[in-house]
Amino acid sequence: MSQALFTYTLRLADDILILSQRLGEWCGHGPILEEDIALTNRALDHLGEARNLLTYAGQVEGKGRTEDDLAYLRMERQYTSVKLVEQPNGDYAHTMVRSFLFDAYHLPLMQALTKSKDEQLAAIAGKSVKEATYHLRASSEWIIRFGDGTEESHQRAQAALDNLWTFTGELFENDLVLEEMTKAGIAPDMTAVKAAWSKTIDEVLAEATLKRPEDGFMATGGRKGLHSEHMGFILAEMQHVTRAYPGVSW
Amino acid sequence: MSSENPNNWPLWEIFIQSKRGLDHKHVGSLHAADADMAIENARDVYTRRQEGNSIWVVKSEHIHASRPEDAESFYDPADDKVYRHPTFYTMPEGAKYI
Repeated sequence: MSQALFTYTLRLADDILILSQRLGEWCGHGPILEEDIALTNRALDHLGEARNLLTYAGQVEGKGRTEDDLAYLRMERQYTSVKLVEQPNGDYAHTMVRSFLFDAYHLPLMQALTKSKDEQLAAIAGKSVKEATYHLRASSEWIIRFGDGTEESHQRAQAALDNLWTFTGELFENDLVLEEMTKAGIAPDMTAVKAAWSKTIDEVLAEATLKRPEDGFMATGGRKGLHSEHMGFILAEMQHVTRAYPGVSW
Repeated sequence: MSSENPNNWPLWEIFIQSKRGLDHKHVGSLHAADADMAIENARDVYTRRQEGNSIWVVKSEHIHASRPEDAESFYDPADDKVYRHPTFYTMPEGAKYI
Protein backbone atom coordinates (compact mmCIF):
# COMPACT_ATOMS: atom_id res chain seq x y z
CA MET A 1 0.00 0.00 0.00
CA SER A 2 2.63 2.54 1.00
CA GLN A 3 4.73 1.51 -2.01
CA ALA A 4 1.78 2.22 -4.32
CA LEU A 5 1.04 5.49 -2.55
CA PHE A 6 4.69 6.50 -2.91
CA THR A 7 4.66 5.71 -6.64
CA TYR A 8 1.33 7.45 -7.18
CA THR A 9 2.40 10.61 -5.33
CA LEU A 10 5.70 10.63 -7.19
CA ARG A 11 3.90 10.47 -10.54
CA LEU A 12 1.78 13.48 -9.63
CA ALA A 13 4.93 15.31 -8.53
CA ASP A 14 7.06 14.39 -11.54
CA ASP A 15 4.48 15.55 -14.09
CA ILE A 16 4.23 18.98 -12.57
CA LEU A 17 7.95 19.29 -11.80
CA ILE A 18 9.06 18.56 -15.37
CA LEU A 19 6.39 20.87 -16.81
CA SER A 20 7.58 23.59 -14.46
CA GLN A 21 11.16 23.09 -15.60
CA ARG A 22 10.11 23.28 -19.25
CA LEU A 23 8.08 26.46 -18.74
CA GLY A 24 10.95 27.95 -16.76
CA GLU A 25 13.08 27.75 -19.90
CA TRP A 26 11.02 30.67 -21.23
CA CYS A 27 12.20 32.91 -18.40
CA GLY A 28 13.76 35.96 -20.05
CA HIS A 29 12.75 34.73 -23.52
CA GLY A 30 8.98 35.31 -23.49
CA PRO A 31 7.39 36.95 -26.53
CA ILE A 32 6.71 40.10 -24.54
CA LEU A 33 7.61 41.19 -21.02
CA GLU A 34 4.10 40.76 -19.60
CA GLU A 35 3.75 37.24 -20.96
CA ASP A 36 7.22 36.35 -19.73
CA ILE A 37 6.18 37.26 -16.19
CA ALA A 38 2.82 35.53 -16.50
CA LEU A 39 4.28 32.27 -17.76
CA THR A 40 7.07 32.07 -15.21
CA ASN A 41 4.47 32.80 -12.52
CA ARG A 42 2.65 29.70 -13.62
CA ALA A 43 5.92 27.73 -13.75
CA LEU A 44 6.51 28.71 -10.13
CA ASP A 45 2.97 27.65 -9.19
CA HIS A 46 3.76 24.24 -10.67
CA LEU A 47 7.03 24.10 -8.78
CA GLY A 48 5.27 24.89 -5.51
CA GLU A 49 2.86 22.02 -6.02
CA ALA A 50 5.72 19.71 -7.01
CA ARG A 51 7.56 20.57 -3.80
CA ASN A 52 4.55 19.70 -1.66
CA LEU A 53 4.09 16.40 -3.45
CA LEU A 54 7.77 15.46 -3.38
CA THR A 55 8.02 16.21 0.32
CA TYR A 56 4.99 14.04 0.95
CA ALA A 57 6.33 11.25 -1.30
CA GLY A 58 9.52 11.26 0.78
CA GLN A 59 7.50 10.93 3.98
CA VAL A 60 5.42 8.08 2.58
CA GLU A 61 8.55 6.25 1.47
CA GLY A 62 9.96 6.59 4.97
CA LYS A 63 13.63 6.39 3.99
CA GLY A 64 14.42 9.96 4.90
CA ARG A 65 14.55 11.31 1.36
CA THR A 66 13.73 15.02 1.10
CA GLU A 67 12.11 16.94 -1.76
CA ASP A 68 15.60 17.90 -2.93
CA ASP A 69 16.85 14.30 -2.88
CA LEU A 70 13.90 13.25 -4.99
CA ALA A 71 14.14 16.15 -7.44
CA TYR A 72 17.88 16.33 -7.86
CA LEU A 73 19.31 12.91 -7.14
CA ARG A 74 17.15 10.56 -9.17
CA MET A 75 18.21 9.23 -12.56
CA GLU A 76 16.13 9.49 -15.71
CA ARG A 77 14.74 5.96 -15.40
CA GLN A 78 13.48 6.76 -11.92
CA TYR A 79 11.36 9.65 -13.17
CA THR A 80 7.73 8.69 -13.68
CA SER A 81 6.37 11.72 -15.52
CA VAL A 82 4.30 11.42 -18.70
CA LYS A 83 6.08 12.12 -21.96
CA LEU A 84 3.78 15.05 -22.73
CA VAL A 85 5.42 17.39 -20.22
CA GLU A 86 8.99 16.72 -21.37
CA GLN A 87 8.27 17.62 -24.99
CA PRO A 88 10.28 20.64 -26.16
CA ASN A 89 8.80 24.12 -25.94
CA GLY A 90 8.94 24.76 -29.69
CA ASP A 91 7.20 28.00 -30.62
CA TYR A 92 4.79 29.71 -28.24
CA ALA A 93 1.80 27.90 -29.75
CA HIS A 94 3.50 24.57 -29.06
CA THR A 95 4.23 25.56 -25.47
CA MET A 96 0.66 26.74 -24.92
CA VAL A 97 -0.94 23.68 -26.51
CA ARG A 98 1.22 21.44 -24.33
CA SER A 99 0.13 23.37 -21.23
CA PHE A 100 -3.49 23.41 -22.34
CA LEU A 101 -3.60 19.63 -22.84
CA PHE A 102 -2.08 19.20 -19.38
CA ASP A 103 -4.07 21.94 -17.59
CA ALA A 104 -7.35 20.53 -18.89
CA TYR A 105 -6.38 17.24 -17.20
CA HIS A 106 -4.78 18.74 -14.12
CA LEU A 107 -7.76 20.82 -12.97
CA PRO A 108 -10.38 18.03 -12.85
CA LEU A 109 -7.75 15.70 -11.36
CA MET A 110 -7.01 18.15 -8.55
CA GLN A 111 -10.70 18.86 -8.01
CA ALA A 112 -11.37 15.13 -7.66
CA LEU A 113 -8.31 14.60 -5.46
CA THR A 114 -9.68 17.04 -2.89
CA LYS A 115 -12.04 14.17 -1.98
CA SER A 116 -9.22 11.64 -1.68
CA LYS A 117 -9.20 9.40 1.37
CA ASP A 118 -5.56 10.37 1.79
CA GLU A 119 -5.81 13.56 3.82
CA GLN A 120 -2.44 14.91 2.80
CA LEU A 121 -3.08 14.49 -0.93
CA ALA A 122 -6.51 16.02 -0.48
CA ALA A 123 -4.98 19.04 1.26
CA ILE A 124 -2.31 19.52 -1.42
CA ALA A 125 -4.97 19.25 -4.12
CA GLY A 126 -7.16 21.75 -2.29
CA LYS A 127 -4.34 24.24 -2.42
CA SER A 128 -3.72 23.58 -6.12
CA VAL A 129 -7.28 23.89 -7.38
CA LYS A 130 -7.36 27.70 -7.43
CA GLU A 131 -4.05 27.90 -9.25
CA ALA A 132 -5.02 25.15 -11.66
CA THR A 133 -8.25 27.01 -12.46
CA TYR A 134 -6.27 30.05 -13.48
CA HIS A 135 -3.72 28.00 -15.44
CA LEU A 136 -6.43 26.41 -17.54
CA ARG A 137 -8.06 29.77 -18.15
CA ALA A 138 -4.76 31.29 -19.30
CA SER A 139 -3.73 28.47 -21.62
CA SER A 140 -7.28 28.14 -23.02
CA GLU A 141 -7.33 31.81 -23.93
CA TRP A 142 -4.08 31.43 -25.83
CA ILE A 143 -5.43 28.43 -27.73
CA ILE A 144 -8.46 30.50 -28.74
CA ARG A 145 -6.32 33.48 -29.71
CA PHE A 146 -3.97 31.37 -31.79
CA GLY A 147 -6.66 29.22 -33.36
CA ASP A 148 -9.05 32.05 -34.10
CA GLY A 149 -6.26 34.54 -34.86
CA THR A 150 -4.31 34.86 -38.10
CA GLU A 151 -3.83 32.15 -40.69
CA GLU A 152 -0.30 31.57 -39.46
CA SER A 153 -1.18 31.39 -35.77
CA HIS A 154 -4.02 28.99 -36.59
CA GLN A 155 -1.67 26.79 -38.57
CA ARG A 156 0.95 26.74 -35.83
CA ALA A 157 -1.58 25.89 -33.12
CA GLN A 158 -3.06 23.09 -35.22
CA ALA A 159 0.43 21.73 -35.96
CA ALA A 160 1.26 21.73 -32.24
CA LEU A 161 -2.00 19.97 -31.46
CA ASP A 162 -1.40 17.32 -34.14
CA ASN A 163 2.15 16.82 -32.88
CA LEU A 164 1.27 16.55 -29.17
CA TRP A 165 -1.95 14.57 -29.39
CA THR A 166 -0.10 11.25 -29.35
CA PHE A 167 1.11 12.09 -25.83
CA THR A 168 -2.36 12.52 -24.31
CA GLY A 169 -3.20 8.83 -23.96
CA GLU A 170 -0.63 8.40 -21.23
CA LEU A 171 -2.44 10.84 -18.94
CA PHE A 172 -5.23 8.31 -18.47
CA GLU A 173 -3.30 5.05 -18.56
CA ASN A 174 -4.34 2.46 -16.03
CA ASP A 175 -2.03 0.06 -14.26
CA LEU A 176 -1.77 -1.90 -11.01
CA VAL A 177 -0.62 1.12 -8.99
CA LEU A 178 -3.54 3.24 -10.13
CA GLU A 179 -5.98 0.37 -9.64
CA GLU A 180 -4.82 -0.14 -6.07
CA MET A 181 -5.03 3.60 -5.36
CA THR A 182 -8.49 3.87 -6.90
CA LYS A 183 -9.75 0.89 -4.91
CA ALA A 184 -8.42 2.47 -1.73
CA GLY A 185 -10.30 5.69 -2.54
CA ILE A 186 -7.04 7.61 -2.76
CA ALA A 187 -6.93 8.16 -6.52
CA PRO A 188 -10.13 9.44 -8.13
CA ASP A 189 -12.15 7.70 -10.82
CA MET A 190 -10.09 8.55 -13.89
CA THR A 191 -12.95 7.95 -16.33
CA ALA A 192 -14.68 10.98 -14.83
CA VAL A 193 -11.46 13.01 -15.06
CA LYS A 194 -11.07 11.97 -18.69
CA ALA A 195 -14.65 12.95 -19.47
CA ALA A 196 -14.05 16.40 -17.98
CA TRP A 197 -10.78 16.72 -19.91
CA SER A 198 -12.43 15.70 -23.15
CA LYS A 199 -15.28 18.17 -22.66
CA THR A 200 -12.87 21.06 -22.05
CA ILE A 201 -10.80 20.10 -25.08
CA ASP A 202 -13.90 20.02 -27.32
CA GLU A 203 -15.27 23.32 -26.05
CA VAL A 204 -12.04 25.25 -26.33
CA LEU A 205 -11.03 23.79 -29.68
CA ALA A 206 -14.48 24.59 -31.08
CA GLU A 207 -14.14 28.21 -30.04
CA ALA A 208 -10.59 28.27 -31.39
CA THR A 209 -11.79 26.79 -34.72
CA LEU A 210 -9.15 24.07 -34.31
CA LYS A 211 -9.68 20.44 -35.18
CA ARG A 212 -9.40 17.75 -32.53
CA PRO A 213 -6.99 15.12 -33.88
CA GLU A 214 -8.12 11.52 -34.25
CA ASP A 215 -6.97 9.16 -31.51
CA GLY A 216 -4.22 7.10 -33.13
CA PHE A 217 -1.03 5.64 -31.75
CA MET A 218 -0.52 6.80 -28.18
CA ALA A 219 2.96 7.16 -26.72
CA THR A 220 3.61 5.28 -23.49
CA GLY A 221 6.42 4.38 -21.10
CA GLY A 222 6.85 7.51 -18.99
CA ARG A 223 5.22 6.00 -15.93
CA LYS A 224 7.76 3.17 -16.11
CA GLY A 225 10.67 5.57 -16.46
CA LEU A 226 11.07 5.12 -20.21
CA HIS A 227 11.35 8.64 -21.58
CA SER A 228 11.91 10.36 -24.88
CA GLU A 229 15.37 11.61 -25.86
CA HIS A 230 14.61 15.04 -24.37
CA MET A 231 14.40 13.95 -20.75
CA GLY A 232 18.13 13.51 -20.15
CA PHE A 233 18.83 17.07 -21.23
CA ILE A 234 16.13 18.45 -18.94
CA LEU A 235 17.56 16.60 -15.95
CA ALA A 236 21.12 17.60 -16.87
CA GLU A 237 20.17 21.25 -16.72
CA MET A 238 17.99 20.85 -13.65
CA GLN A 239 20.44 18.75 -11.65
CA HIS A 240 23.88 19.91 -12.67
CA VAL A 241 24.49 22.34 -9.81
CA THR A 242 23.54 19.78 -7.16
CA ARG A 243 25.56 17.11 -8.93
CA ALA A 244 28.62 19.34 -9.28
CA TYR A 245 28.51 20.63 -5.70
CA PRO A 246 26.93 17.90 -3.56
CA GLY A 247 25.21 19.27 -0.48
CA VAL A 248 25.58 22.89 -1.55
CA SER A 249 23.01 25.37 -0.26
CA TRP A 250 22.25 28.95 -1.23
CA MET B 1 1.93 57.28 -28.51
CA SER B 2 4.13 58.20 -31.40
CA SER B 3 7.31 56.76 -29.89
CA GLU B 4 5.72 53.31 -29.63
CA ASN B 5 6.67 50.58 -32.06
CA PRO B 6 3.55 50.18 -34.23
CA ASN B 7 3.91 46.39 -34.01
CA ASN B 8 3.55 46.46 -30.24
CA TRP B 9 0.27 45.67 -28.58
CA PRO B 10 -1.53 48.73 -27.27
CA LEU B 11 -0.64 50.17 -23.90
CA TRP B 12 -3.09 49.92 -20.99
CA GLU B 13 -3.20 51.81 -17.71
CA ILE B 14 -3.82 49.60 -14.71
CA PHE B 15 -5.82 50.53 -11.62
CA ILE B 16 -5.86 48.25 -8.58
CA GLN B 17 -8.20 48.33 -5.63
CA SER B 18 -6.32 47.00 -2.65
CA LYS B 19 -9.32 46.57 -0.36
CA ARG B 20 -13.05 46.58 -0.78
CA GLY B 21 -14.37 50.11 -0.31
CA LEU B 22 -11.11 51.87 -1.21
CA ASP B 23 -10.39 53.69 -4.46
CA HIS B 24 -8.82 52.01 -7.44
CA LYS B 25 -5.32 53.45 -7.62
CA HIS B 26 -3.16 53.80 -10.68
CA VAL B 27 -0.26 51.36 -10.38
CA GLY B 28 1.37 51.42 -13.80
CA SER B 29 0.89 50.31 -17.37
CA LEU B 30 1.44 47.29 -19.59
CA HIS B 31 0.93 45.97 -23.11
CA ALA B 32 -1.90 43.66 -24.10
CA ALA B 33 -3.84 42.79 -27.23
CA ASP B 34 -7.24 43.41 -25.63
CA ALA B 35 -8.99 44.12 -22.33
CA ASP B 36 -9.17 40.48 -21.21
CA MET B 37 -5.47 40.00 -21.74
CA ALA B 38 -4.75 43.31 -20.03
CA ILE B 39 -6.64 42.15 -16.93
CA GLU B 40 -4.83 38.82 -16.87
CA ASN B 41 -1.45 40.44 -17.39
CA ALA B 42 -2.26 42.95 -14.65
CA ARG B 43 -3.10 40.06 -12.37
CA ASP B 44 0.35 38.58 -13.00
CA VAL B 45 2.34 41.80 -13.00
CA TYR B 46 0.66 43.82 -10.25
CA THR B 47 -1.12 41.44 -7.85
CA ARG B 48 1.58 38.82 -7.22
CA ARG B 49 1.96 39.88 -3.62
CA GLN B 50 -1.72 40.16 -2.69
CA GLU B 51 -1.88 43.83 -3.61
CA GLY B 52 -5.37 43.71 -4.99
CA ASN B 53 -8.88 42.47 -4.99
CA SER B 54 -10.16 44.26 -8.07
CA ILE B 55 -8.56 45.39 -11.31
CA TRP B 56 -9.57 48.10 -13.78
CA VAL B 57 -7.84 48.51 -17.12
CA VAL B 58 -8.14 51.48 -19.46
CA LYS B 59 -6.48 51.87 -22.83
CA SER B 60 -3.86 54.55 -22.39
CA GLU B 61 -5.05 56.39 -25.49
CA HIS B 62 -8.39 56.98 -23.77
CA ILE B 63 -6.78 59.00 -21.01
CA HIS B 64 -6.60 62.71 -21.73
CA ALA B 65 -4.21 64.70 -19.62
CA SER B 66 -3.80 68.39 -18.91
CA ARG B 67 -0.64 69.89 -20.36
CA PRO B 68 2.31 70.79 -18.11
CA GLU B 69 2.61 74.22 -19.79
CA ASP B 70 -0.93 75.02 -18.65
CA ALA B 71 0.06 74.60 -15.04
CA GLU B 72 0.46 78.32 -14.32
CA SER B 73 -2.86 79.39 -15.76
CA PHE B 74 -4.63 76.37 -14.34
CA TYR B 75 -3.45 76.25 -10.76
CA ASP B 76 -1.69 79.43 -9.74
CA PRO B 77 -4.83 81.61 -9.67
CA ALA B 78 -6.03 79.56 -6.71
CA ASP B 79 -3.04 80.73 -4.68
CA ASP B 80 -4.56 83.95 -3.34
CA LYS B 81 -8.13 82.83 -2.89
CA VAL B 82 -8.09 81.79 0.70
CA TYR B 83 -11.83 82.32 0.91
CA ARG B 84 -12.25 79.08 -0.99
CA HIS B 85 -11.08 77.19 2.06
CA PRO B 86 -13.50 76.75 4.92
CA THR B 87 -11.17 78.50 7.35
CA PHE B 88 -13.43 81.39 8.35
CA TYR B 89 -16.01 79.48 10.30
CA THR B 90 -15.91 79.54 14.04
CA MET B 91 -15.81 76.00 15.34
CA PRO B 92 -18.68 75.24 17.69
CA GLU B 93 -17.49 74.40 21.16
CA GLY B 94 -16.86 70.65 21.58
CA ALA B 95 -17.15 69.71 17.88
CA LYS B 96 -14.37 67.24 17.26
CA TYR B 97 -14.80 65.84 13.81
CA ILE B 98 -15.14 68.58 11.22
